[in-house]
Amino acid sequence: MRFIFKTKYSQDINIAKHNGDRFWYSLLVLIMVALPLVLDDFYLGEISYICILSIAGIGLMILSGYTGLASLGHAAFLGVGAYTHAFLLTNGIPFYASIPIVIIVSFLVGAIIGIPILRLTGMYLAIATLALGFIAEHVFIKWEHFTGGNRGLPVPQPEFLGMSFYDSVFFYYVCLVFLIAAMFAAINILRSPTGRAFVAIRDSEIAAQSLGVNLGLYKALSFAISGAFTGLAGALLAHYIGYLAPDIFNIFLSLTLLLLIVVGGMGSLHGTVFGAIFVGFLPQLIAICRDYLPSTIGSQPGLEPMLFGLILVFFILYEPLGIYGRWMKIKLFFELFPTYKRQTFKKQKVFTKSDRV
Amino acid sequence: MSLFEVKNITVAFGGVKALNDVSFGVDKGEIFTIIGPNGAGKSTLFNVISRIYEPSKGEIYFENQNISKTKPHNISKLGIARTFQNLELFENATVLQNLLLGRHIYKKTNILSEVFFTPSARKQEHEYRLKVEEVIDFLDLQHYRDTLINGLPYGVRKNVELARALCTDPKLLLLDEPSSGLTNEETIDLGFWIKDIQSLLGITIIMIEHDMSFVNKVSDRILALNYGKILASGLPEEIKNNVEVKQAYMGE
Repeated sequence: MRFIFKTKYSQDINIAKHNGDRFWYSLLVLIMVALPLVLDDFYLGEISYICILSIAGIGLMILSGYTGLASLGHAAFLGVGAYTHAFLLTNGIPFYASIPIVIIVSFLVGAIIGIPILRLTGMYLAIATLALGFIAEHVFIKWEHFTGGNRGLPVPQPEFLGMSFYDSVFFYYVCLVFLIAAMFAAINILRSPTGRAFVAIRDSEIAAQSLGVNLGLYKALSFAISGAFTGLAGALLAHYIGYLAPDIFNIFLSLTLLLLIVVGGMGSLHGTVFGAIFVGFLPQLIAICRDYLPSTIGSQPGLEPMLFGLILVFFILYEPLGIYGRWMKIKLFFELFPTYKRQTFKKQKVFTKSDRV
Repeated sequence: MSLFEVKNITVAFGGVKALNDVSFGVDKGEIFTIIGPNGAGKSTLFNVISRIYEPSKGEIYFENQNISKTKPHNISKLGIARTFQNLELFENATVLQNLLLGRHIYKKTNILSEVFFTPSARKQEHEYRLKVEEVIDFLDLQHYRDTLINGLPYGVRKNVELARALCTDPKLLLLDEPSSGLTNEETIDLGFWIKDIQSLLGITIIMIEHDMSFVNKVSDRILALNYGKILASGLPEEIKNNVEVKQAYMGE
C-alpha cells in the first residue's frame, strides 16, 4: 500500500497525486500515440469513435454523475454540435475557428434550455429531457435551411494543418488530442469551486444553498458545460459519420450515452472512458455473437437495444459503481490483502435522513 | 441595538400556525438558546431565518438590515451560517471537500479561469485551504481530512458540519440541535468548543437544544417556545424556575 507523505497544500490540488500516477498516465498516452503503428484503419476508426463517445460521456457525466441531474435527451447536444459544425464548414469557416464556435453555441443552447428545464427534479426532469431529445430531432428535420432536413447534410472534410480528415490516422490523432484536452478541462472544473458546488448540489441541495451556492445558476451552468462537451463530441462525430441525417440523433443514442456513464461508473471521469470502450465495442461484439447464436435469436433485429437495456439493469442492480467501481475494489483488494472486507463498499444505511430540514 | 432581530414572525402552513407572532433580539457575542417541546416551531424558525420558508408576516433584521426578502443563497454572504438537525453533509465527498465548500461565498474565479486552472484559481485554492486548516485545527479534525463522509462515525459528522459552517467565517451561527446523538464526552467537548467559538472567534450563536444541563451550562439567554408562541425568555436561572416552562417542557 502506498502512503503519501503530504508536506504542501499543492499536493492536494495537483492532478497527479504521486509519481506512480505520472508514470502510468504518461505510459498510457505514449501507447495511444503509438497505436497507429500497430493497428489498421478499421480499428483506428473504432478507437476514434470511442474517443468521441468519451468526450460526450464527460459531458453527461458532469451533468448526471457530478451534479445529479438526469438527462435522457443528450443526443440533442450531439446533434447541435454536429449540425453547427457542418453548417459552419459548408459556409467556408475553417476547422480551427469552427470548433470554438461549436463549443460556445452548445454552451449557450445548454444554458438557454437549462434555465427553464432545471426547475424540475427527479422523474419530471428525466421526462422533460426525454422530450427535449424528441423535439431536437424534429427541429433537425424541419429546419431544412440549416440542417438539410431528411435529405441530410454532407459534412465537408476540409484540410487542417495540411492533412485531410479522410486520413484515419490523422483523424485518430485529432480525436485523441480533443479527448485529452476535454479530460483536463473536466478535471480542472471538478477541482475548482464550481465542480465542488456541483457535487454539493448532488448530495444535498439544501446545504449547498445555505453555503451560498445559487442553485438555479449552478444547475444551468452544469447543463451548459455538459452541453459544451457534448457539442464538441458532436462536431467530431460529424467528421466520423461524414453525412448527417436527423435520425442519427435519436433516443437510442441518448440511451447509449446513459448506458455509457452507468456502466463506466457514476461520478468518475475514468468511468467515461471505460464506459465508452464498453459501448463502443458492444455492437461489434453483438455482431460477432449473432453468427454463433441459433438463427431465430441471432437474426432478431431488436437484439442490440434489448442487450443494452439488460446490461443497464444488471449494472444498476449488481454494480452501481460501474466498471470503475469494480476496478477500485480489485485495487483495494490487493492493497489491503489479506484484510480486505467486502463491507468497505457497502452503502451504509442512514436512518436519520428525513425530509425535515 | 441588537445584532439580530426577529419581529412579529408568523408562519402558517394552511391552518396550522407553526410560528405565531414571535419576536426577539440577540445581542452581539451572545449564546442564545431556543428550547421547546417537539413541534414548537424551533426548526421552522431556523428555516425562516435561512430563508427556506417564507414567513406569512413579520420581518427579520441582521445588522439593522432587513433580510426578509434576501435570496436563500445570499444569506451566508451576509455572515449567517447554519447546521442542520439531520446532518446535511455532502456524503460522497471527503471532509476536506466539504469544508472547502464552506469557502464558496468567497469565490472570485469564473468558469474560464477554472477550465484552464489559471494561477489565480490555484492561488484561491491555497487561500481557501489556509482558512479550512485553521478550522480543522480548531475542531481537531486532522485525522479525517481525506476520509469520505460515508465512512465517518456520527459524532465526527456532526463536528464536520459545525466545521463547515465555521469555514464561511460567519458573524452569526445557527446550530440546530448540536448535541443530539452525541455521547456524554462528545457533548462536553462540544460545550467547550461552543464557548470557544463565542470567546475566541467572537461569533454570536443561536442554538436549538434539548439537553437542559448542556443548555444551562453554555447559554447566556434562553427562549422557550410552545405551539409557535413564546412561552418565556430570560436568563437560564429564570427559565429553570418558570412555572409555564416547567409545565410545557419539563413535564411537571
